[in-house]
Amino acid sequence: MADDFVIEPLPTYLEIPAVKADAMRGAGPFKSNAEFQNPLGFPGEKVDNWQQVAIDKMGELKSKYRSVQVFLDACVKCGACTDKCHYFLGSSDPKNMPVARQDLFRSVYRRHFTFAGKYFPKLVGAKELDDEMLDDWYNYFHQCSQCRRCSVFCPYGIDTAEISMAAREVMDSVGVGQKYCNQILGKAITIGNNLGLPEPALRDTLLDLEEEIEEETGVAVKYPLDVKGAEILLITPSADFFAEPHIDGFIGYGKVFHQDGVSWTMSSYASEGANFGMFIGSYDVMRKAALRIRKAALDLEVSRVMVGECGHAWRVAYSFWNTLTGVGAGAVANDEFALKLQNQLDSRYPQPQHIIEYTHNLIQQGRIQFDKSANDERVVTFHDSCNVARASNMGGIPNGQFILPREVIKAVCNNYVDMQRESIMESTFCCGGGGGLLTDDLMEVRIKGAMPRMQALKAVEKSDAVNTLVAICAICKSQFSKVLPKFDFDPYMIVSAHQLVSEAIIMDKPQTDETEIKTEIETEIKTEIETEIETEINDKTDETVKID
Amino acid sequence: MADILGANVDEEGFLVDLSDWTKEIAVEMAKHDDIELSDEHWDVINFLRGYFEEYQIAPAVRVLTKAIGKQFGKEKGNSKYLYSLFPYGPGKQGCRFAGLPKPTGCI
Repeated sequence: MADDFVIEPLPTYLEIPAVKADAMRGAGPFKSNAEFQNPLGFPGEKVDNWQQVAIDKMGELKSKYRSVQVFLDACVKCGACTDKCHYFLGSSDPKNMPVARQDLFRSVYRRHFTFAGKYFPKLVGAKELDDEMLDDWYNYFHQCSQCRRCSVFCPYGIDTAEISMAAREVMDSVGVGQKYCNQILGKAITIGNNLGLPEPALRDTLLDLEEEIEEETGVAVKYPLDVKGAEILLITPSADFFAEPHIDGFIGYGKVFHQDGVSWTMSSYASEGANFGMFIGSYDVMRKAALRIRKAALDLEVSRVMVGECGHAWRVAYSFWNTLTGVGAGAVANDEFALKLQNQLDSRYPQPQHIIEYTHNLIQQGRIQFDKSANDERVVTFHDSCNVARASNMGGIPNGQFILPREVIKAVCNNYVDMQRESIMESTFCCGGGGGLLTDDLMEVRIKGAMPRMQALKAVEKSDAVNTLVAICAICKSQFSKVLPKFDFDPYMIVSAHQLVSEAIIMDKPQTDETEIKTEIETEIKTEIETEIETEINDKTDETVKID
Repeated sequence: MADILGANVDEEGFLVDLSDWTKEIAVEMAKHDDIELSDEHWDVINFLRGYFEEYQIAPAVRVLTKAIGKQFGKEKGNSKYLYSLFPYGPGKQGCRFAGLPKPTGCI
């Protein structure tokens, strides 16, 4: 990859590019070191017998996850996925065709784990795992955001993200890890969030926010932390506390909870929704991060666990928390704490809930009201975040993950349009920064990968004057803030769904207590009577004058 | 490993040992980014360092904008103003000049 690269103007129509071999060849993102590797249980640097360790690890993964073996065996190279990857469409590098990227891994698998590959490697395209191959793995498996768009079009349903995860896990096991993900995971499993935000700083940040909201709205919206016995435990990406535009969505959650009057809390011990353990393919690390949430839920004795606007957090919560932690049905029978948690959770909400489901439900019941005109300057479109769109559901209805966010948005603003059908819902294009790629050292990959989404956005900007892009994922929001200006968009056009909610929600002004109201009414009546008497006296005086 | 005025910095240009920080290092880092540090830059840098000393982490963007707005005038209390000083972001570029670790996460 070149240091300086050209950002091509957006095409009117998305076309399949002519391939440019090695267009994205390079050293990949910054590598992790011992300081970040060791706390996760990975070697600090590339181990001496790395090839053997890697092949052993592949063997282990193949038997541990039957899906991986099925996905490695099943591909017939039909090519349906080739033009479905945003990184290929944006970069033209043929190794970013999902089938070719996977084949970096699959060809080594074939060499060591199939009969034909062992004895006739050349005939079946089986390859050895040498230094050059490992470099290619490192580079190209960090040009996959595990968004799974290609999987939607695969006739065999091969989950390509799982191959990327497996490749990254093998690399971590030989001491070749990515700095961005592993540094963050170290903070998440020791301090409790990706930022490394300690409890006093978090508390101070929340107090600051409460002050700001009260100043602006006159309503004392609270952001409770570590409140034992609260009904809801909110697990949200720490970017919500820290970054823009995220924080304005976070303000929206607080207003919704306040207006509903529910008791809720966050936990300083588990103050992170994101779980990068999924990105690096490590079940163990993913579980470590998830167990902090279980501990927080048990310690705070909450009866519901809710997830904020974070794409992959919702995938982990929706699909994996049940077996990882016992939130939801399906704890292992001898897992004492998971069973304890399942008994503790409200039987109406055994599964984790999404904040969108919560707000949607209140809207359905008419329990929160909006002044939609507050968002009248906006023409809004919605970016389906990959992990929500292709790995989860909302509301327990088919396609609920597409329907609910749109219904919430339409309830709070008057102007909404969708982008081209082939770029939304289950076919949504990734923002370009997911899967552990949201780091400055991958800026070229991120910008090129954002191109297909930007093209679809440009089309609705032209046709419908769209000026607001909504996402419900912290990564999407940060990525868009950075890449939008590269394609001549306003970086501030990206907002949270709950920012729109926040702007339109009608908040009850604080009520004074009863005695105060009583005194107020009494004074009012008194003044009225006094004025009346005065007028009467005046009138009488007038009459007297007339008589005189 | 690269260095700035004798102090080691990592591949992203952040100080390896935070105690190495001096004003000269901040000036030198800014010079590399084609920025000449003005009093306005120093207001932000000094706030960042003060906050870090108390909390061992960089302030959230909203905490920073609010504090700057309070101290130096409301028109400066927004992220657009901060981006005009630190085009690569007050969080990342500002923290680097101020000798703080790089903020990490989905930001």
